[in-house]
Amino acid sequence: MDKDINIILKVWRQKGPKEKGQFETYQLKNINQGTSFLEMLDILNEQLINEGKDPVVFDHDCREGICGMCSLYVNGHPHGPATGATTCQLYMRRFNDGETITIEPWRSAGFPVIRDLMVDRYAYDKIIQAGGFVSVNTGGVPDANAIAIPKDDAEMAMDAAACIGCGACAAACKNGSAMLFVSAKVSQLALLPQGKVEAARRAKAMVAKMDELGFGNCTNTRACEMECPKNISVSNIARLNREFISAKLQD
Amino acid sequence: MWLLNSSIGKKLIMSISGLFLVLFLLFHLSMNVAAAFSGEAYNMICSLLGANWYAVAATLVLAAGIVIHFVYALILTLQNRKARGNDRYAINARPKGVEWASQNMLVLGIIIILFMVLHFSQFWYKMMFAELLGHHEVALGAATVSPQDGAAFINYYFQGNILITVLYLIWYAALWFHLTHGFWSAIQTIGWNNTIWMNRWICISKIVATVICVLFAIITIVFYVNGVGGDCAAVCAGH
Repeated sequence: MDKDINIILKVWRQKGPKEKGQFETYQLKNINQGTSFLEMLDILNEQLINEGKDPVVFDHDCREGICGMCSLYVNGHPHGPATGATTCQLYMRRFNDGETITIEPWRSAGFPVIRDLMVDRYAYDKIIQAGGFVSVNTGGVPDANAIAIPKDDAEMAMDAAACIGCGACAAACKNGSAMLFVSAKVSQLALLPQGKVEAARRAKAMVAKMDELGFGNCTNTRACEMECPKNISVSNIARLNREFISAKLQD
Repeated sequence: MWLLNSSIGKKLIMSISGLFLVLFLLFHLSMNVAAAFSGEAYNMICSLLGANWYAVAATLVLAAGIVIHFVYALILTLQNRKARGNDRYAINARPKGVEWASQNMLVLGIIIILFMVLHFSQFWYKMMFAELLGHHEVALGAATVSPQDGAAFINYYFQGNILITVLYLIWYAALWFHLTHGFWSAIQTIGWNNTIWMNRWICISKIVATVICVLFAIITIVFYVNGVGGDCAAVCAGH
């Protein structure tokens, strides 16, 4: 049964990208365990506003785990202690009465803090703009079986396409590497005939942009895969390495 | 040049140099296996290699492999620390499924290199290096031996010497952790991996690491207890 619990929050507060941040501690009383994590933060903000203080800034949008806007590094895990779920899918029944919950922003050179818990994830958009698309005009919707695609390939492409670009991979990685994201975005197209045409150019352009933006080098710790809310597999990283190396060897 | 400039290129250098060093470990291991059975056979290998041009050439290639692997480890680690940003996380939890070794490869590598300094000072410096300087006899404790008398070196350092034996065993333990992650990680970086082979490579990685480190450990313990194999008195005394 869900109970009402009292919790202590340690929240990272930072006024701006250049300002120095620090943790602030807040007490919250009688939070129902059926409350979602983001609703709990809403309650905190209401409390802060009533006290005449600045509310905590954090990213959120759809609150149903598909948009990739929510972030938060909760108790040492991106998207909190739940696996295969985003922060907005996290509920307070994961926490106990009297527990201290530490909430930090994504920390990575590629994702500078905008304010408090909100970080600038525009870097991922720039990587997509470098080549994460099919540049031909595909016209109308083709007949379902006009292009035959093996079931396994279609499944793998779909699994890779499940990536919502939230940035948890780079946030979880001790190297601040964006390889899981880039590999998912390369794989979802490289696996399908429509995307194969530009596969070599795409892999080179996206990796070059990723390096340029200051993300780290993957050392295969698999922390990204373990923390990914969409369970994107690191086998995509092997595929990206394959695509990139063979593209460079063909030059 | 993409190999030197891109992140994947630099990792490929780590991967290839690492796999090369694994091959060398297997080669080194096969020589030591001979010593565990027969000091005479081991000395035959020592004289075959000695300071001949091919052994010196191979040593240079090997040294280059180690230097490249180490220098790129430093370059990549420095870049990765920078990519992590200035503010560190207050709480770090290792997610389930992340091996400890995978997050501590540089530390393990440095431990391995430090022990290599000990190892080189004991063997290579007094064997190949002494011979290159033109010495045909080197002092080993009170005795004077030929720099090609590998069996005498092994007996001198290991037989009944618990400190050296334990230090070497610690070395193998660090090497084991390094290899369990390093081997499959190298394969993954080259791109020879997928969802099916992932667990197979991790398993093969553990087997490779265990075979190398356990055999080295057994041989080291044999040296501690018995010295090199065979009739040592005939082999080690006079040469």
